[in-house]
Amino acid sequence: MDVTNLVAALTAAVPGARIEAASATTASDGQPTLFVHRDDLVAVARVLHDTPELAFSVLLDVVGIDRLPAEPRYEVAYNLLSPSQPAHLRLKVQLPAADPRVATVQGIWPGANWLERETWDLMGITFDGHQDLRRLLTPEDWEGHPLRKDYPVQIRLTPRSTEALQVTEEEFQANLSEDRRARARGGAPAARPNRGL
Amino acid sequence: MGLEAEIPVLTTTVEKMVQWARRSSIWPVTFGLACCAIEMMSMSCSRYDIARFGAEVFRGTPRQSDLMIVAGRLSRKMAPALRRIYDQMPEPKWVISMGACASIGGVFDNYAIVQGVDQVVPVDVYVPGCPPRPEALIYGIVQLQRKIDRTRLSA
Repeated sequence: MDVTNLVAALTAAVPGARIEAASATTASDGQPTLFVHRDDLVAVARVLHDTPELAFSVLLDVVGIDRLPAEPRYEVAYNLLSPSQPAHLRLKVQLPAADPRVATVQGIWPGANWLERETWDLMGITFDGHQDLRRLLTPEDWEGHPLRKDYPVQIRLTPRSTEALQVTEEEFQANLSEDRRARARGGAPAARPNRGL
Repeated sequence: MGLEAEIPVLTTTVEKMVQWARRSSIWPVTFGLACCAIEMMSMSCSRYDIARFGAEVFRGTPRQSDLMIVAGRLSRKMAPALRRIYDQMPEPKWVISMGACASIGGVFDNYAIVQGVDQVVPVDVYVPGCPPRPEALIYGIVQLQRKIDRTRLSA
């Protein structure tokens, strides 16, 4: 299915969806690329995933792009694979600098979880509805989003040599005395959930 | 040490004996961060064989180790883990900063990499190179042995 037919099929399946095929200059590598309005992303992605003759069942990667100083400043590219066609497709969403947020596609491809976490961590694009939007690659207490073009790359920060406590001091003391009491009774200390990454 | 005539004993001082024992069996902790670790492994294998200098027993736990060879660039996220491993090593302990990245950040002059592991742990010997050849690291270990030989117990 070529890009023109794909846009027609998607517009028929999602009435009112703002979809635009990329020109030869915006997708110079020749890979089929669609620009989708951010409000239509989830509906379009659902059709791409669920329609049997399309069957884009694999989300290969989610990529954030910073086009500073252009506006719209951000793009998010979703690289899709359909093993049954077989075909590649690139979905792109353009986001303004003032409000870089887009809905999560976790409900369609569960693997988007970490991909969107990474994109938020490094590029600062918020994925609305994401179940667990925490830092993935940088330390938990990092400030800023380092792959943004205006991030000070050669920033000199004092390295931390201790890890942040996962329990408060009171909780730690309470756990200790609880374990002591358990051992005094001849039992084993209670298992506690790991609160790490 | 002096050999007494006719009597099969050696005399020495406690200090010299302790220094000799410490420098003759430096056990590094199995710990590599990046490509320098490949050279470190090469150094411990048959071609370069640091067993000749008594330092070949890489331990899988910091609790049995004397030496930490920081082999590679240290990311800021890794720094607490490196410090924890160092803190788990029993005294006396030494640190070799291996290669340009560990010593000053190397080519990675950016927010993600610690610009010198001496900001996190105290370093005894810096080995330059990118990566240093195994001979260079062996030279670093020999320098460390000399340093241990000079370390006074009462200091």
